[in-house]
Amino acid sequence: MLPSDGLISLTPQGLYCRAADAWIDPWRPVPRALITHGHADHARPGCGAYWAIGAGAGILRKRLGQGIELHSLDYGDVVPIGDAKVSFHSAGHVLGSAQIRLEAGGESWLVTGDFKRDADPSCAPFEPVSADVLISEATFGLPIYRWSAGAQVAADIRDWWQACPQRPSVLFCYAFGKAQRILAELHVLGVEQEVLLHGAVAALIEPYRQQGIAMVPTRPLSELPRDAELAGRLVLAPPAAQASPWMKRLCGAQSAFASGWMAVRGARRRRGVERGFVLSDHADWSALVRTARQSGARQVYVTHGQSEVLARYLREVEGIAAEPLQGGGLAERGDPEGPGDEGPTPRESSDSLAEAAP
Amino acid sequence: MRALADYFREAPPGDGAWALHALLGRQRRRLLTSLRLRQICLEGSGLPAWLFDDCYRQVGDSAETIALLWRQAGGDNGVNATSSPGAEASLQQWMEELLPPLATLEPDPQAQAMRALWQGLEPIELLVVNKLLTGGLRVGVAEGLVVQALAQLSGLEPARLRHRLMGGFTPSASGLAGLLDPTDDDASLSSRPYPFQLACTFDAERLEATAPANWQLEWKWDGIRAQLIRRGGQCWLWSRGEELIHPAFPELLELGATLPDGLALDGEVIIWPPAAAGPPPCAELQTRLGRKAPRRALLTQSPAAFVAYDLLEMGGCDKRHEPLRQRRAALVALHQQLLAAPSPARAGLLRLSESLPLHAWQELEAQRSAARAVGAEGLMLKDLDSPYLVGRRRGPWWKHKLEPLRLDAVLLYAQAGSGRRANLYTDYTFGLWDRPSDERAAAGDGEPNQPPALVSFAKAYSGLNDEEIVALDHWIRSHTLERFGPVRAVQPLQVFELAFEGIGPSKRHKSGLAVRFPRISRWRQDKPAAEADTLATAKALIEKAGPPQTSALKPQSR
Repeated sequence: MLPSDGLISLTPQGLYCRAADAWIDPWRPVPRALITHGHADHARPGCGAYWAIGAGAGILRKRLGQGIELHSLDYGDVVPIGDAKVSFHSAGHVLGSAQIRLEAGGESWLVTGDFKRDADPSCAPFEPVSADVLISEATFGLPIYRWSAGAQVAADIRDWWQACPQRPSVLFCYAFGKAQRILAELHVLGVEQEVLLHGAVAALIEPYRQQGIAMVPTRPLSELPRDAELAGRLVLAPPAAQASPWMKRLCGAQSAFASGWMAVRGARRRRGVERGFVLSDHADWSALVRTARQSGARQVYVTHGQSEVLARYLREVEGIAAEPLQGGGLAERGDPEGPGDEGPTPRESSDSLAEAAP
Repeated sequence: MRALADYFREAPPGDGAWALHALLGRQRRRLLTSLRLRQICLEGSGLPAWLFDDCYRQVGDSAETIALLWRQAGGDNGVNATSSPGAEASLQQWMEELLPPLATLEPDPQAQAMRALWQGLEPIELLVVNKLLTGGLRVGVAEGLVVQALAQLSGLEPARLRHRLMGGFTPSASGLAGLLDPTDDDASLSSRPYPFQLACTFDAERLEATAPANWQLEWKWDGIRAQLIRRGGQCWLWSRGEELIHPAFPELLELGATLPDGLALDGEVIIWPPAAAGPPPCAELQTRLGRKAPRRALLTQSPAAFVAYDLLEMGGCDKRHEPLRQRRAALVALHQQLLAAPSPARAGLLRLSESLPLHAWQELEAQRSAARAVGAEGLMLKDLDSPYLVGRRRGPWWKHKLEPLRLDAVLLYAQAGSGRRANLYTDYTFGLWDRPSDERAAAGDGEPNQPPALVSFAKAYSGLNDEEIVALDHWIRSHTLERFGPVRAVQPLQVFELAFEGIGPSKRHKSGLAVRFPRISRWRQDKPAAEADTLATAKALIEKAGPPQTSALKPQSR
């Protein structure tokens, strides 16, 4: 548990900084919310004012409403909020994602939010930040998780798709972040063919293009005539579409799923797709450990997923004071069908299903 | 199938033979244990043991856990420079030269050699190597598909290939050549059983359109399906799993020695004392299985019998093409002949599967309910005009099992499964109330009210569909009371209807009850936990449906 006299405490609404009178990624409506990124389990509707990175503003407004009160920041800006100095630093997770650093009373705390350290052409790279106390995620906090470079995985995806000109290829991936990362990686590889999109993915393409993210040409599948030939085409769709009537149009397609969970065979088999691509927007084991080490924090709290395992490892092997942080909306991650933005949250999946209907 | 045929056409015969061996699931030799591999991995990677175990819980497979962890450790230590001595080796070299010597090395050189072999392999290769070492490789390709591919390649009949594969295949170039040899006269099959014919689940509509007189009706026994073979003065007892099981059943080998030469009988091995009217509950068969050279006491206490229901070969001639009507007549005649003289057969070691009367389809259900009383698990129906076929074919053979017994029980504990269900809570423990609910209501006057308690009663792993498994997994994660290592105690709120084949008293279980083959038949989301069944209800089932009182039954063998 967090100490009661610390800079950040845990309230029923979520992580709270008294000095700034603000909550970080609150899971209930609060007057002032500092948002690490736009995934549904981090950015929820109904708050009085939102503070977030400007690059992700388009997505936030799309998800939370055009009329929200949104204070846009740039990476590295230091702004006073209440008695605290607040700064947002790139988390490398998705477009506009940030780690949030708070400083007051001679003490600094850093909330990583979700982050990754692998290169990703669809968002700014992770920035190492130091703080006295670190609150880190641990979605993939087991040493069985180790990522290959995104460019390598994208090349595998391209080869898988282009080796099958006689059938359509459907790649399931999360609609916000993963899909755009794949489209940007394919562009880097020199792919010029148009990629087709499920509605849930298509809706989030424009905010990326507006931010100047270069991606392969795309088009919503729904814009194609009913009888259009789909053999040899690549289609990106959110996982929730896999069991929806939307798939009827793609019967006979080869299918794959791109997610960090695909590292384990059991999860691959359970997904019921032909191929699993191991591609995650979260830190893998070594990146989690490296980040805790580099932060120089004297105390680490671990949330999300394998918090107990990572905390124990940091304590016993790395010699860093660390403990798991649990409660309220700090979802237990670690299973592909479960909550968390690496798996669709109930909210996100219902979004996608609603958008799945033409 | 094309991929298989292409592979076997292209692969060097030595590799093809080992691949076939693995595809058929026969690569079971264990060179190293999973525990030893885990130890070598831990020593080599420097990871703490608890971390390995946490990873194992997520992955659900120890060979795969090592495959994933080794890469992590290898990368961190920067020792990826050297590659495995096996990187360029063929499958045959792996199977014959690289892997077998590991088993006999001293611990230190063994660990060193293992680490050298792992080095630089991709996780998928590492996984296969580990699976081959522990004898746990399952490819999951249907045997029928493999046989069809080989048939396409060789031009041989699938049935003939299956017969040649029965009872063993030697993974070598010559073994594969022999298997696919179109000119071989099959003399080498003298010890081998025939491929077994299997039954499909009863389909009332289909059967009721036929004449009852065309069907042979028998009890379905719950023993070990086996073929008893007598050829060239020797005798073999083969199980359906293609294992030679006669070392565990010496009395049946003695029986075999008294049978005429050139004979193959299809039947069931069950525990059935010579003087008894019916078989006691199946549990006793387990004590005999897998025990080579059983002691005299065990033989007396749990004597086996062979219940014959088909005759596949007589006088050295394959009779499988003849209709069942004819094979059955020959079997009955043989049995009569054996009973005429003092012999193990007459002593009750060979029993003829009884042919039950069936004049009209309306009689069938009454016969089926009678099965529990004689200790059978249901009925078998066989088309009297059908030849003996290979494998499971829809039409000629049907099994009609007893309705299972059912109880409503409360979910108490859950544990994650393995393989496809790794990291999903799919191993469930269920409990029953120790007292009926009216006593719960009546209590409170005078005596201090001891609240009723749930007692663990059975574990079940199967019966829910994928959707229900995921829903229940979420429910379990959010309703956990306590964790004991990998096990979670959950709030006792969810009721499930359990189905099982039998129930009996047990000293080993806290509830005093043991059930056979329990599985979930329904998630009773409509039922509150307080209305689940009690131990008393379960005990009443023993009396109602328990194993037969042997003395109360008429003798079976005639």
